[in-house]
Amino acid sequence: MNIVVCLKQVPGTTEVKIDPKTNTLIRQGIKNIVNPFDTYALEEGVRLKERLGGKVTALSMGPTQAIEMLRDAISVGADDAVLLSDAAFAGSDTWATAYTLGKAVEKIKTCDLVICGRQTIDGDTGQVGPELAEMLDVPFISYVSKVEEIANGILRVRRMVEDGYETIEATPPAVITVVKEINTPRLPSLRGMTKAKSAQIPTWTAQDIGIEKDRAGLAGSATQVVKVFFPQREHHAEMLKGDPETQVNALVEKLREAKLV
Amino acid sequence: MGIQIDIEKCTGCETCVPVCPFGLIDIIDDKARIKVEGCNLCGACKDACAYEAIEIEQVLEQAPASDEYRGVWVFAEQRHGEIKGVAYELLSKGRELADTLKTELCAVCIGHNIKDVAGMGAYGADKIYLIDDPALAIQIEDPYVTELARLIREYKPEIVLAGATPFGRSFFPRVAARLHTGLTADCTGLDIDTEKRLLLQTRPTFGGNIMATIICLVKRPQMATVRPRTFKRSSSDTNHKAQIIKVDFNKESVTSKTRLLDFVADISEKVKLEDADIIVSGGRGLGKLENFQLIRDLAAALGAAVGSSRPPVDEGWISYPHQVGQTGKTVCPKLYFAIGISGAVQHLAGMQTADCIIAVNDDPDAPIFQVATYGIVGDLFKIVPMLTERLKKG
Repeated sequence: MNIVVCLKQVPGTTEVKIDPKTNTLIRQGIKNIVNPFDTYALEEGVRLKERLGGKVTALSMGPTQAIEMLRDAISVGADDAVLLSDAAFAGSDTWATAYTLGKAVEKIKTCDLVICGRQTIDGDTGQVGPELAEMLDVPFISYVSKVEEIANGILRVRRMVEDGYETIEATPPAVITVVKEINTPRLPSLRGMTKAKSAQIPTWTAQDIGIEKDRAGLAGSATQVVKVFFPQREHHAEMLKGDPETQVNALVEKLREAKLV
Repeated sequence: MGIQIDIEKCTGCETCVPVCPFGLIDIIDDKARIKVEGCNLCGACKDACAYEAIEIEQVLEQAPASDEYRGVWVFAEQRHGEIKGVAYELLSKGRELADTLKTELCAVCIGHNIKDVAGMGAYGADKIYLIDDPALAIQIEDPYVTELARLIREYKPEIVLAGATPFGRSFFPRVAARLHTGLTADCTGLDIDTEKRLLLQTRPTFGGNIMATIICLVKRPQMATVRPRTFKRSSSDTNHKAQIIKVDFNKESVTSKTRLLDFVADISEKVKLEDADIIVSGGRGLGKLENFQLIRDLAAALGAAVGSSRPPVDEGWISYPHQVGQTGKTVCPKLYFAIGISGAVQHLAGMQTADCIIAVNDDPDAPIFQVATYGIVGDLFKIVPMLTERLKKG
């Protein structure tokens, strides 16, 4: 069972604050982290490998600093890691990202299963997984909460849908995206950390995976960002002043006037 | 192509360094250097630079989009034969877009024995493409991907919208990839650049702290998903009728790569936040698990549903189905209480269209007060119990 797990390094943005004076992002103290949803993908890959044998390759596209994240992936059980890094990848939308990842998966060759997290916490699109499946022309199953079986040319999973769950079968190779209910990621082992320290993690460029310049990065993207702005809000609430009792009374009166309660 | 720093103009002032959402800028030898491999050309650094030292070549000189593509389409998702609310919301928005473009609005409905298909006419659809087949009674994605892609290739709409539901988010990216076109997820704003006939797709990004406007310049159709309750459903006009065009189901698309073996409905606690008229949400300001009871008590007094921002869910004070925001649910109740919620853009994205918003927070500068209708600065531990008591007395 050869498994590729896709990981993305993202800013730990849930704590991000905006400087009210300059209206810009206060970035100090924000560390780059592995996209939390991807940790479940990696753990599932490692568990399947432990059950069935084979190997797990951690794959990421990003700046060279993402090497550290890939080292962490090895410390929790990935056998190999590959970083896709090239100035030509700058400005990739989800489609160009999926294409680039797809070319890397093809270069890795023997791959029975690709596992991705359901979405990243920075882009939040959840599109790269399904688009990658199309690039590779293989079956796709989203929101997987349990891999029941993968053997004899059959992949059977449980996937969450809005009003329950489904059991779905597909013929591997396949791409799945996983939800956080699937497992509890492990902490790095001492052995893993030792292995990670000395691991050789290759960096592949566009040329290494045979991508023509016009299919990578901004040039290979169907969409492009034309404007980025911090939301400006002119409106301010009508503030209810006074001691708590006065405030509460004023609020109840407003709500009754508007027939909201 | 890409991003460049003009070394002559750069003063090494470091203004751009903290602005980069990905921390890709360093000052080396008094000049800014960008690690361009991770850059997505968002332009935050360019906007921050006072010396115009950062250049981004954003719009590539490419062949113009084909003008064969005309019309606005809405994928009208159904589940168990019921058309989803988001379909009507998208038709309402789609009508505006189609009017601006002076073109037609069409709905696409795929499934079996779908109720009230013709009713979509009252929300602005001019035509409804309907594929109805017993094989589509179970909702498995592969035939939806194949059939929608086939219809788009045949009829060539310039814009196709779908709801960012779990199903939409799973199958729609595959349609886009198969058609070799772009897709923008979770748009909160859709407008038309009339001059260039482009769809301007605005969405929160970087965890919802920044808004980005995205275009699909050359490839067609332009595709976007929109979360339920982002746009308001227009009032229905029963005089507006749609023409229903039945399209035969291509049975070969069932030779699916995936097979649905079983569906088990979840009958445990249902959190119907999306349908609630009143929602009381608590945030980080509650401090600990036990204090979340204050939210439940107020909700009970109002007959309201209980919501939450992200931190209480991350802390385990309340379960994920209660989360309101970009990675949770988008809601649009008549009355929304934000208690101890500072108002990160990510949360605002999920609730700012509520008719009336009440914010209670001890920080007068909290962004939540910028979207609230009424604000109370004060100690929520005093105010909320008092409010609950007042409402109970009637």
